[in-house]
Amino acid sequence: MDEIQNYSYFEHGADVGITGKGETLEKSFEAAAVAMFMIITDISKVKPVKRIKFNFIEQDIEFAFISWLNNLLNESHLLNMVFSRFHVERDKDAWICEAFGEPWRNGLERGTEVKGATLTKLSVTNENGLWIASCVVDV
Amino acid sequence: MNLENFIQIEPNCWAVRPKEGGEGAGREAVMPPVRFYADKELLAAMDEKVREQIINVSRLPGLKGYAFAMPDAHWGYGFPIGGVAAFDPEEGGIISAGGVGFDISCGIRCLKTDLTIEDVSPYAEKLSDLLFRDIPAGVGAGGNITLNEAELDDIMLNGAHYAVEKGYGTKEDILYIEDGGKVSGADPSMVSTSAKRRQKSEMGTLGSGNHYLEVQVVKRIFDENTARVFGLKKNQIVISIHCGSRGLGHQVGTDYLITLAKAAAKYGINLPDRELACAPINSVEGGMYLGAMNAAINIALCNRQMLAHLTREAFKRIFPEAAIKTLFDVSHNTCKAEKHTVNGEELLLYVHRKGATRAFGPYHPSLPDLFKEAGQPVIIGGSMGTGSYVLAGTKESEERSFSSASHGAGRAMSRNQALKLWRGREVVDELKEKGIIIRSRSMRGIAEEAPDAYKNVDAVAEATEKARLAKRVCYLSPVICVKG
Repeated sequence: MDEIQNYSYFEHGADVGITGKGETLEKSFEAAAVAMFMIITDISKVKPVKRIKFNFIEQDIEFAFISWLNNLLNESHLLNMVFSRFHVERDKDAWICEAFGEPWRNGLERGTEVKGATLTKLSVTNENGLWIASCVVDV
Repeated sequence: MNLENFIQIEPNCWAVRPKEGGEGAGREAVMPPVRFYADKELLAAMDEKVREQIINVSRLPGLKGYAFAMPDAHWGYGFPIGGVAAFDPEEGGIISAGGVGFDISCGIRCLKTDLTIEDVSPYAEKLSDLLFRDIPAGVGAGGNITLNEAELDDIMLNGAHYAVEKGYGTKEDILYIEDGGKVSGADPSMVSTSAKRRQKSEMGTLGSGNHYLEVQVVKRIFDENTARVFGLKKNQIVISIHCGSRGLGHQVGTDYLITLAKAAAKYGINLPDRELACAPINSVEGGMYLGAMNAAINIALCNRQMLAHLTREAFKRIFPEAAIKTLFDVSHNTCKAEKHTVNGEELLLYVHRKGATRAFGPYHPSLPDLFKEAGQPVIIGGSMGTGSYVLAGTKESEERSFSSASHGAGRAMSRNQALKLWRGREVVDELKEKGIIIRSRSMRGIAEEAPDAYKNVDAVAEATEKARLAKRVCYLSPVICVKG
């Protein structure tokens, strides 16, 4: 599946709801990351020239979902980068994560800063074989 | 909001009508301990989610009195934005990360100048450019102030005092910052390494979203005596800086969200919404969050102090003799330990204000001498095109809302809806025709923050006064807005 077509937004009064869908749990996480970074900038303009990696341990798949998003935000701030490609692998409770992008530069659209992924409307479900991961992000 | 679900108990105060059969299986039909302060129109315009969220808040352990929704309340995460609730640690009361939010101690620094609109108007474009150049704003905009770990620890303990000691502002500023420029109880060891690293180059930055620096003119005075005490008069230029604790605060919120959600389960707290992630105040996890949250509050106080200094420096390039003093600095995303009298008994309570401003009335012991008789300045921030209000805290708000009032206009629609209705460039051009200069790196952000995406700030300020939470002092009209 093309991950670009597998994210969407849902209404929230003050912030933004994001949804990622995928054939696997990991793909749904990756699609949701695309949704989140599309709030920050037009990621079609972001060159995936630098790779960052991080891992974390989490038993609960819903908490793992927001940990994934919040770790990405953290790395983005620490390195002053934006990301456009994402990859997640799961080994039981261990989540092995990668993102590809580049440092902020002129020419990249300045969208809206995302402060964090919240537990509001948080859900990770499998509906008829399709994984759907959603939450509200605070902007 | 369906008004049939409410009982009007005063012209601007509403209780929630109990549901037949209760608010859930097995519950009796009791009236939830909730109060809404709003006029009929504001209440009707609120999302149904606000009612649901504030009822959820009222069910958390150790609530004292009522959970309140302010006139600007709107759908938040966990707590509604514009939500206030106080918890008693002696009765198992909780502290909630969702009751504070990610932007810990987001607030407004209001500066008053001795300039008039006539002084500034000829230089407005030049001043806009200088402010836009010197105040780092927007996503991805790092600051020019880089700190090492020891300096960050110092700030987490000493707040705005650190900034003043380093030459960012004056000792007089400190007098007019909530809590005297720093809160006690901060514990930098409870702040993660990631959070500290995020802040190293974010001090002295405005951020994004609804954050702004606005040059405003006092357009209308409602209360001459209090305005005189505050040092405000018609046509005077004031400056409002709206921002918070930046990356460190966001990361503290992130770090503790799951910790407190798991703690709630550990302590047998049944969360009606997981975003209300909380722990008993007197628990290990509650204490850890308190220490980290207070450290983040001090970061915010220092950040606004540094931004106030940068603003003064920019002004002085055009107006070298201008006197620019702090009117007041108020936070509106906090949990603070405060003494309040409930049923004749003075208690130490932990008051969560999520998108709500502390509003101490006259003679409150924590107020500086200047405000003893007038009450604390309360600032209701507007949107780019619709102005802001300065109000004064009332004695009555002590028992009506644990001394709390509105914080802003409050969103009337989602960001997605706003993006469908407006283009950033069009908003900038329309505001320019009205004499308001906008500077921003993000046209998307401008569209999301279009003035009509917010409620009518006039109605919010009026309802705040009619509900006796704070009284209007003056109305500020925007001249320049540097938008994050």
